[in-house]
Amino acid sequence: MTSTETRSTATGAPTGAGRLGDSPLRPDGTLKVTGEFAYSSDLWHDDMVWGVTLRSPHPHARIRAIDVTEALRVPGVSAVLTAADVPGENAVGLEHLDTPALADGVVRYQGEPVALVAADHPETARRAAKRIAVDYEVLPAVTDPRRALDADAPLVHASREDNLVRAMKIRRGDPDPTAPVVVALDFEVGMQDQAFLGPESGLAVPDGDGGVDLYVATQWLHVDQGQVCRVLGLPPEQVRLTLAGVGGAFGGREDLSMHVHACLLALHTGKPVKMSYARDESFFGHVHRHPAWLRYEFGASEEGELIYAKADILFDGGAYASSTGAVVGNGGTLGLGPYRIPSVRVDARGVYTNNPPCGAMRGFGCVQAAFAHEALMDELADRVGVDRVEIRARNGMREGDHNITGQVIDSAAPVAELIRTVRDLPLPPEPEGERDIRELPGGVSNTTHGEGVVRGIGYAVTYKNVGFSEGFDDYSTARVRLEAVAGEPVATVHTAAAEVGQGLITIEQQICRTELGVEQVVVHPKDTSVGSGGSTSASRQTYVTGGAVKAACEAVRTSVLARAAELLQRSDLRLDGDKIVSGSGEVVAGLVEVLDEPVEETVEWRHRPTFPIDEETGQGNAHVQYAFSAHRAVVDVDTELGLVKVVALDTAQDVGRALNPDAVVGQIHGGSAQGMGLALMEEVVVQDGHVKNPSFTDYLIPTILDMPPMQVKVLEYADPHAPYGVRGVGEPPTISSGPAVAAAVRAATGKALRRVPIRPEHITF
Amino acid sequence: MRIELTVNGSRREADDVWEGESLLYALRERLGLPGSKNACEQGECGSCTVYLDGTPVCSCLVAAGQAQGREVTTVEGLAGEELDPVQQAFVEKGAVQCGFCTPGFLMSTKDLLERNPNPSDPEIREALAGNLCRCTGYEKILDAVRAAAQR
Repeated sequence: MTSTETRSTATGAPTGAGRLGDSPLRPDGTLKVTGEFAYSSDLWHDDMVWGVTLRSPHPHARIRAIDVTEALRVPGVSAVLTAADVPGENAVGLEHLDTPALADGVVRYQGEPVALVAADHPETARRAAKRIAVDYEVLPAVTDPRRALDADAPLVHASREDNLVRAMKIRRGDPDPTAPVVVALDFEVGMQDQAFLGPESGLAVPDGDGGVDLYVATQWLHVDQGQVCRVLGLPPEQVRLTLAGVGGAFGGREDLSMHVHACLLALHTGKPVKMSYARDESFFGHVHRHPAWLRYEFGASEEGELIYAKADILFDGGAYASSTGAVVGNGGTLGLGPYRIPSVRVDARGVYTNNPPCGAMRGFGCVQAAFAHEALMDELADRVGVDRVEIRARNGMREGDHNITGQVIDSAAPVAELIRTVRDLPLPPEPEGERDIRELPGGVSNTTHGEGVVRGIGYAVTYKNVGFSEGFDDYSTARVRLEAVAGEPVATVHTAAAEVGQGLITIEQQICRTELGVEQVVVHPKDTSVGSGGSTSASRQTYVTGGAVKAACEAVRTSVLARAAELLQRSDLRLDGDKIVSGSGEVVAGLVEVLDEPVEETVEWRHRPTFPIDEETGQGNAHVQYAFSAHRAVVDVDTELGLVKVVALDTAQDVGRALNPDAVVGQIHGGSAQGMGLALMEEVVVQDGHVKNPSFTDYLIPTILDMPPMQVKVLEYADPHAPYGVRGVGEPPTISSGPAVAAAVRAATGKALRRVPIRPEHITF
Repeated sequence: MRIELTVNGSRREADDVWEGESLLYALRERLGLPGSKNACEQGECGSCTVYLDGTPVCSCLVAAGQAQGREVTTVEGLAGEELDPVQQAFVEKGAVQCGFCTPGFLMSTKDLLERNPNPSDPEIREALAGNLCRCTGYEKILDAVRAAAQR
């Protein structure tokens, strides 16, 4: 094992030759700083028209009639489409085909797409959309998920028996356990938005032959393609997707947004159609993180050793399922945190309501649970008089332990080391003397010069599954081509795995350089002309697409050596850099000498299988890999105004092996910021099914003034089951940072604070 | 209406501009300069930052007609033969992930360093507080600004 300490000030220029373990420059970096990188909202076509969406103003209503006459009369309008114009099956969805591409007879949430307009200017299209007359009959709405399963609750989907999306049970050990020390709490987590900066957008170009090419920002081209094909009634050959530049994702691009709509308009008008949401529409255009209501109970020995744990977790899925089922799966199987617990009873449920649909966001079901189990762990520590760090070390999982589904943790589980590591990192200096107001709660609002300000420290740990779980066929495809160009060997790597900013394309290059000994690696545009790369989510791409690229490179190497063996009439050959050498190490040929013809191999690669869990007991090997992290937060709280300044947010994380150390640290920084945001400021406020703050004026994400310096300690305990020993990186920081911040605010204020985001009035009243 | 303005040193004009269009829209959709970004179009995120007669503005909040006869500098105008030191620092320090905020950060950083060649961390944070980034947690952006200040 090696350990790399990386402080923010220690990161430097790119290192090494761009192979694994180096931190080469990202290949799109220069394009991104010069403004030349083509994001999905930058696309343009000479003949294009603009598409816009008319959305429902009601959380639940019957559509009696839609009259588009006045909209069609607006000069410049080329099409107005409704559900009646959908040529195929009007149903999409990641887990259930429960979501109409355009509302058909009923709307189930505020913001549901009802009609589309294409016009020669976006403002013309918006004005025309306002002239579409929709006759709504408002229906009773289910807006409190805690009442969604009541017998008298209105049904969100009339075809279903109830509003349940998924219920999961986990039962392990003593069914009726007792313990000398019992602590319990209720916790509530608000609705978080991914708030990626690049709006949902893209360009659909009809091919003149009944098919369409869609250039779009997404996390998973192939699952999009399947859904678009279903609605258009076209085969995959006629619906080709290419990844446009992606301005962040964080889960919010796993479901469709404008994909189908742009294609419908393009096929209807025969013209290229551009769609690009404004920020207010973006808040209605993608799923959010599920709000959750959590009831937890821990039973422990007098020494604070867990004897049992119970949890009841309710996720508000909103109007359509999206990935609610998998979020329930994660909340259930991982919702008690990275602890050894002999007896367990967990019930996790996700329900339909007439609130905004919720689905994937970084941390996926673990984020909500971590706020509850970490708050309760602090309470247990205080009750039994054990230090809050030590109680986590004492109960923390270790390699070889069983988790609550009975799965053996068969690689590193360094919970105790992680939490002690963050404890031992240097603390920020104690405040003294005149302070810079920019470093105080309230900042440049100049609300305090230190009076009423109290400091607090909080800790949290987490673990998160990597990759898709519960028996999902989780794979990626890579095509690698090796050829001689101008006398130099050049590799081209082609996958459909989405680069969303995290740096997958850099990793793909690093793997090719390492495996094939070449310097030049071209990353082919991401599209559906190669097999699926799976989703850019679940912290899985370096593992799974990385595994596929590695396997494809190995296949290329085998082919090259077979060709060399034939040409050179000897069998003891291997590749050493760009040379072919004999068993004794003698150079017998340059790589390019055997590349008269290109060598190309395509490989579909799978990680170890996972399995569904037992429906009654929740037992089973649900996940392929677990990733662990810990955070320590230091906050200053203005106890009179309820304002919080995070002074330090330090973390330790096991990444298995850091293939690109700078990119790893970048993921940890960004993930930590999003967790902090949920703890203190980020919430989509929904009242009676209506979103009250769909803007960056009213939905706050952390600014550079809000973020503190972060110390990051990266541990590298290679996972022997994963390619190169990697462990997924992206999500754990988002899970453990928020609970650490909340704990620090509790420590500063002495308040229970059982809801996030923590608002000023929670502190002052 | 027609607007005429100087963009990145060149005289440019656009016809059929609707009075309600923003300078951002005119740059992106009429003048072929999509480097300035459209993350919020309400003046909160800073991704559309350009210089109008040398002053940084959110181009989403400036009507295209207001730029008539004036000088605009966009991110496309930062680099000469080589990248500007601020651009170079952002690439090298890992301050770019998805990169959608990057053009705005570059414009705000360059403006800061012109006013204050050696800013303290609190000064950097205050100067860049109008630019949102969702990917980096800002640590490597700070690294980049510090590095650019030293060049």
